Amino acid sequence: MAFLTSLRDLGSSRELVGNLTLREVRGKYKRTALGQLWSLLNPLATMVIFTVVFGVLLRVEVPPGSPSGIDVFALWLMCGLIPWTFMSNAVTGGMSALVANANLVTKVYFRREVLVAANVFSWDVTFGIELLVLSAALLAFGAMVLPWLPLVIVFGLVLTAFGLGLALMLAVANVYFRDTQHFLSIFMQFWFYATPIVYPATLVPDSTELLGVRIPLRTLYELNPMEHFVAVFRALLYDNRFPELGDVIFTVGAATVALLAGWTIFRRYEPRLAEEL
Amino acid sequence: MATASSTATGPAVVADDVSKRFRLYRERNQSLKAALMRRGRARYDEFWALRDVSFEIPRGSTFGLIGENGSGKSTLLKCIARILQPDRGSITATGSLAALLELGSGFHPELSGRENIYLNGSIVGLPRRTLDERFDEIVDFAGVREFIDQPVKNYSSGMYVRLGFSVAINVDPDILLVDEVLAVGDASFQAKCMEKFADFRAQGKTVVIVSHATETMRSMCDQVAWLEHGRLLAVGKPDQLVDEYTDSTHVDRVTSVDGSTRWGSGEATIERLEVLDAHGAPTTAARTGDQVTIRITFRADQPIERPVFGLALETLDGVYVWASNTRDADYVPDRIVGAGLVELAVPRLMLLPGTYDLHASIVDFTTQHTYDFIRRSARFDVDHGTPRESGGIVSLGGAWQNLTTE
Repeated sequence: MAFLTSLRDLGSSRELVGNLTLREVRGKYKRTALGQLWSLLNPLATMVIFTVVFGVLLRVEVPPGSPSGIDVFALWLMCGLIPWTFMSNAVTGGMSALVANANLVTKVYFRREVLVAANVFSWDVTFGIELLVLSAALLAFGAMVLPWLPLVIVFGLVLTAFGLGLALMLAVANVYFRDTQHFLSIFMQFWFYATPIVYPATLVPDSTELLGVRIPLRTLYELNPMEHFVAVFRALLYDNRFPELGDVIFTVGAATVALLAGWTIFRRYEPRLAEEL
Repeated sequence: MATASSTATGPAVVADDVSKRFRLYRERNQSLKAALMRRGRARYDEFWALRDVSFEIPRGSTFGLIGENGSGKSTLLKCIARILQPDRGSITATGSLAALLELGSGFHPELSGRENIYLNGSIVGLPRRTLDERFDEIVDFAGVREFIDQPVKNYSSGMYVRLGFSVAINVDPDILLVDEVLAVGDASFQAKCMEKFADFRAQGKTVVIVSHATETMRSMCDQVAWLEHGRLLAVGKPDQLVDEYTDSTHVDRVTSVDGSTRWGSGEATIERLEVLDAHGAPTTAARTGDQVTIRITFRADQPIERPVFGLALETLDGVYVWASNTRDADYVPDRIVGAGLVELAVPRLMLLPGTYDLHASIVDFTTQHTYDFIRRSARFDVDHGTPRESGGIVSLGGAWQNLTTE
């Protein structure tokens, strides 16, 4: 029950989390002429690149939204890419939060989780804006996404919990080994292509032979929590239907495990953070 | 943050056999490769920053920590502040805590002063409502009103620390921890800080201070603890302990004659300290209101850039009366070499009858390095003169007037 006590304690630092989140959000695009617009330009540029490469050149075939009926590769791509980008940013940013705020950690006492949490939450703001724009675009192309938005928010929170859990673990690891951040950037690339973002999951074969050994590729592929998160978001946004129960269970389960593990590890190493930084 | 009412009884801070160990890595092991190659955590030497330290700080008192650099004072303060966790023993602080360790450390340079006040305030635990109420007070105390909507990166370093101090002091904690931050800002801001500390103590709050400014410690603290190499040497009244400490730290002491103590690195030395009467003749006695001159005759064996001369006055029983130095007076030569002298002209000696000791010093411009320091290098008596006032140390030279009666 230590977890619940910790959660309550964090609740009392709500205001601090709020202010730190605001600091991250405001600080992110300070001194740029376009400001928050950058948070839209980045995914837009990615969308154009991926649409040209995968949609036009490689001609990746994606099934039309059912029952929404829309068939636009760029929108299909964004329904997976936006949640992915959020998770990737939240984990990468949250991981560096302790090292980046070393001066604060070594000078003031407060619950250090809030630094990681604030960074993760600051990406939620970007995530929210991107989802709004995406929803508008989906509506324009005829997908009636509005009734599904409450569920999108719910799963946005589940994904936040998942990202926060990973960020907590990695933030501690990064204090002890600064390699973590470099390792993570490579791992994120691998993870990106192991998730059906630029291609549909149906392209993954059931199994494959490698050096004479049969590998159950499909089963391994589905162990990736992000595969299920992307499936959930695509179902809600692109198809406008309730996601598969299996995906729902898997995502909620993965988020719970990640958060509990992240929290436990963080609590365990927290007392020594100030001297290791 | 622990909360308890400030009216609670019992000590504010209890340290019970506190030990803190640091790891000194032989190679900083923050790369995975290094860790894998030696299969495990890095090799390190252990170093005990604190060893079996026990003390109690009574509620409402001002407690000083003295000791040389590396003696564990700051580590101890950080343990009280819960930033570091002791490896053995325990530290309990009852009541809300605020630490002034490094002012403005939570500021975000790109955010405005206003945004930073709210941010920093919430880091140190002030709810938004309280911040709204105290906002004006915080801004005025820091004296940054015109710049409050500017990003703090445009602030001067003085404004930066003043704002940090102002936020931190407004936390209104039961226990305030202060590490060497009294030396910030200009003289008027320092005076304001001192006033704030005095208020604090008057309200029965507990203050724990780490400082190298031994004279400040002497005048502010009710009790001091002396740390050496992580061990607690003594806890006691500041008068006695601060003297013992200052004497002990100066191992390069040159002489110790007739109660005077002298130390310093010796590149420049004080040859003579004299009190001169109105005619320029050395004297050991003067009257209240007399014109006197205090002359330091020195010798610099090698050129010394921007030395600072200082004088201080104490009564026989050790009450710190006055001090002045050429840096505060903006009278610093570019360099001195060979023999020389400097004088302090006192138009009217505003001391009441008694016996006084003079301390003289030559230090470098940062005042951190001492070339020569002589405690009690001259002693002189003051006799009744004009104005004649009935008691105490100083003469205010006041005149009674405007008596009205029916």
